[in-house]
Amino acid sequence: MRELICISCPQGCHLKAEISGDSWQISGNRCPRGEAYAKQELTDPRRIVTAVMPCADPHHPFVAVRTTLPCPKAEIPALLNRLYRITLPEDIKNGDIVLKKIDNLEISVIVTENI
Amino acid sequence: MKSDLQYDCVVAGAGAAGLAGGAVCAGAGFSTLIIDRENRSGGILNQCIHNGFGLRYFKEELTGPEFAWRLSEKARNAGAEFSFNTTITGIKKLDDGSFDIRMLSGTNGVQHCNARTVLLAAGCRERTRGAIATAGSRPAGIFTAGAAQKMLNTEGKLPGKSAVIVGSGDIGLIMARRLRWCGIEVKAVVEIMPYSAGLTRNVVQCLHDFDIPLHLSTSVVRIDGNERVTGVVAAPLDKNKTPDMSRSFTIPCDTVLFSVGLIPEMELARKLGVRENPATGGATVDSAYMTSVPGIFSAGNMLHVHDLVDFVAEEAEFAAKNMIDYLNGKVAGYEFSADAGSNLKYVVPSRFVPGEPSRFLFRSTIVADKAVLKAEVDGNVCWEKKLTFVRPAEMIIAQIPANTLSGNVCFELESLENA
Repeated sequence: MRELICISCPQGCHLKAEISGDSWQISGNRCPRGEAYAKQELTDPRRIVTAVMPCADPHHPFVAVRTTLPCPKAEIPALLNRLYRITLPEDIKNGDIVLKKIDNLEISVIVTENI
Repeated sequence: MKSDLQYDCVVAGAGAAGLAGGAVCAGAGFSTLIIDRENRSGGILNQCIHNGFGLRYFKEELTGPEFAWRLSEKARNAGAEFSFNTTITGIKKLDDGSFDIRMLSGTNGVQHCNARTVLLAAGCRERTRGAIATAGSRPAGIFTAGAAQKMLNTEGKLPGKSAVIVGSGDIGLIMARRLRWCGIEVKAVVEIMPYSAGLTRNVVQCLHDFDIPLHLSTSVVRIDGNERVTGVVAAPLDKNKTPDMSRSFTIPCDTVLFSVGLIPEMELARKLGVRENPATGGATVDSAYMTSVPGIFSAGNMLHVHDLVDFVAEEAEFAAKNMIDYLNGKVAGYEFSADAGSNLKYVVPSRFVPGEPSRFLFRSTIVADKAVLKAEVDGNVCWEKKLTFVRPAEMIIAQIPANTLSGNVCFELESLENA
């Protein structure tokens, strides 16, 4: 049995995961997101990545970005390194895509603020 | 003195509360001015670049700046006006019941405007090292968690190379992850209480994910360093809750972040004579979220410190709807008082109208896996609700139907199962 705390929302449900056959049986969740989170976490843990990237606008030297979907945990350091090396142009705006479908994953990185 | 600038509603602060409240007032056709000392709207949300906001309010997970942008658009589209880079330096009640707002800005100097109602939505401040009287030297490298967050997320400046975080409030936990993702070592989070002051999910995704140790029931007794921080000395608390120096240990670091609580920004309200609630640090409000000064309303972190911005926005909308009723001349019905009893730090609001459904917000002082919240009138329990996973860091909300409480109420929280 494995114990987990769901991070899908601020309720933070305490989950229990038990192997039954070749799949996990999840309990303790108050919504379906908890079950999905636990199964994902036990097989392929992922996180939304947020960061700030350098920007050419002198009044706004850094701009907030995030991944559109959770990124595999092992890939996060490499992704961050890539982001920190790119300088965004002055005319970027909320929702603009910075990196598209990185490494053949369905994940993109988008700008999350207007400057 | 009557100013040329006349508004039905003036909102102090363009953060989550001010934007959400201002949007409601302007949307109902009342002239609304939202004033903020920063150069853009969003308040603290702009530096909270992490995700996790909006699941309740927007039904989707957003980062702080995204949440701020949406609220800002809502207020703008509703017709609210904004005054940025502007500090309110005083609010005065005039003989006709309206208010004179004194504002200061670099471009316009001192200006006055007249408001029929005011929404106090100026948020809160961080407690500092001084507030918890941490001993030791005064080298460079000591920040509040929020100040470091602003430096890092808006100016791209790294606060140091290796950090210790004092206190486990949400900003401190979020900063632990931010620092790690910026290549800064986080040696430990040191918390004086036996439980985390932040949301459980933040302990998981910000500390567990990075194997950052969380020292509970431990106090930072000293900060060392001359020019720059060289380390902190921490000691676990003994059974009398004093640091046990025989078990003290040194954590070398060059940066110390304090995440030791927030205090509502009450300066303006205090000068205006708004009655304070010592338990929240904010104003006392009635069921309409109106303060003791008629026409002055309050919501968001300036009223009491919230753990979720979604609740801040909801609360400000509710307060703003009541401001509209007030502007339309509607007077609240007879009110009873609401008090916080055992195991509760506070209840908001402090008054309620028995003939209307009421929504109360509480802060627990205990940790319990199962508990029951009871509403007592004259010693009789009129209403109760079972709760699971009660933590001081997580606000408790209770919806109570109309006509359930027939007199002054005292709420009690009883633990059924300890954590």
